[in-house]
Amino acid sequence: MSSIMVSRIRQKQIAQLIMSGKRLDERGLNDYRPIQIESGIIERAEGSARVRLGRTEVMVGVKIETGEPFSDRPNEGVLTVNSEFVPLASPEFEAGPPSEESIELARVVDRGLRESKAIELEKLCIIPAKKVFVIFFDIYVLNHDGNLIDAAALAAFAALLNTKISNYEIENGEVKKKPGFVALPIRNYPIAITFASISGKLIVDPWIDEEQVMDARLTLTFDKDGKICAIQKGKRGTLTPQQIMEAVHIAREKAEELRKLMVKS
Amino acid sequence: MTARIKLVDDNGIRTDGRKLNELRPIKLEVGVLSNADGSAYIEQGKNKILAAVYGPRDVHPRHLALPERALLRCRYHMAPFSVEERKPPAPSRREVELSKVIRESLEPAIFLEQFPRTSIDLFIEVLQADGGTRCAGVTAASLALADAGIPMKDLVVACATGKADGHLVLDLNDIEDKEGEADLPVAYMPNFNAVSLLQMDGLLTIEEFKQALDLSLDGCKQIYKLQKEALKAKYIAIREEVEECLQ
Repeated sequence: MSSIMVSRIRQKQIAQLIMSGKRLDERGLNDYRPIQIESGIIERAEGSARVRLGRTEVMVGVKIETGEPFSDRPNEGVLTVNSEFVPLASPEFEAGPPSEESIELARVVDRGLRESKAIELEKLCIIPAKKVFVIFFDIYVLNHDGNLIDAAALAAFAALLNTKISNYEIENGEVKKKPGFVALPIRNYPIAITFASISGKLIVDPWIDEEQVMDARLTLTFDKDGKICAIQKGKRGTLTPQQIMEAVHIAREKAEELRKLMVKS
Repeated sequence: MTARIKLVDDNGIRTDGRKLNELRPIKLEVGVLSNADGSAYIEQGKNKILAAVYGPRDVHPRHLALPERALLRCRYHMAPFSVEERKPPAPSRREVELSKVIRESLEPAIFLEQFPRTSIDLFIEVLQADGGTRCAGVTAASLALADAGIPMKDLVVACATGKADGHLVLDLNDIEDKEGEADLPVAYMPNFNAVSLLQMDGLLTIEEFKQALDLSLDGCKQIYKLQKEALKAKYIAIREEVEECLQ
């Protein structure tokens, strides 16, 4: 715990710097930390990626199984997102049942994928109402240095792009794997942009010390057409409607930037 | 596939007969449970939700106590019979997330620093769900906090806007929530023009989002008036009782 606690004097310094438009790590208020993406790093998984956002490190593995569809969507595959704060990632993480933060992280990433309809779930039906593909996204935080949401959303997106489904045939109602793979059908690319509000100013991509100082956190997820597909505000602070609209406009530009970077890598 | 239900007809009227920017009927009552330090009940459409507050009181387990302020704990929970298909009573991931965002929406309104090393425990029980339970829960919870005599900067009020059949609609009901294209719940402190809860799922353009946010805030301001009336109603009733005794 002690290694993460930011001293009062440093908190004050961070807040004062931000008021004058600067940050302790010399980034601009709307600058991301360097982003590194590696895809397909876990051969056993159907899809995988590791994202480094500054010193934050998040891995996402995709596993695909067959299972039953939801009764209200008999012709669609199932998407589930889960997240693990494994204890090696931070002195604050403990083994045990998932924390509130871990559940929130998974649900925010899930909402981005689901609401942008990123995966063509209707193409993942094997036998209507009986058998569909179930896509498991597991978010694994490896090193927590702030802004897990954006790192996890990027990793999920990168993993999505290299996810393959095994060919199959149906024998007596049973699904049998066949050699060869097809790419997971994808139609949209959600990008999450997270802000911290510190002394009334908005900054993007807060690192862990800034997260200790922030009053409020705001995540906006944009789809490929520049529409908003998910929002989540967190922490105890408040935002004015004007601040929210300001964040929306900045986030849209940032999402475009990150999308270009993703496509390149 | 069955044909999709039409959520908004050609005259801009919704499935329950409301206009696009119209709230459902709301009933608010304060001080409904005798054991709790503060409580409130809300009916909004078919939503029936109870909120109760215990505290400030000793924190258990004690190591959770904070030296500089009270610990606000919140549990949002749905009764197994509150929805169409029985909901298992154990807290779902959705309920854990909602408990968190509801807590964070109320914390900025409370003078927590006046009660260091104590806890304020808030319980929200959804007895019947009809869309927009988190918002109705926040509205009731802030009344329960006020009823408990906990000093607050403002009441927190919440309301959602959604998108149904391409129209922005205020205060989603159950069908609009399930079949609609977007849902934007907002919690607000009107005296500070401060948004303390903001979530969205669905798809909205930036322009639509701005309109939806304004619509939600407008709904909040309407419910805020009802909240104040409900709070006053309790004390008017007490005063009348006292005056009768004095005569």
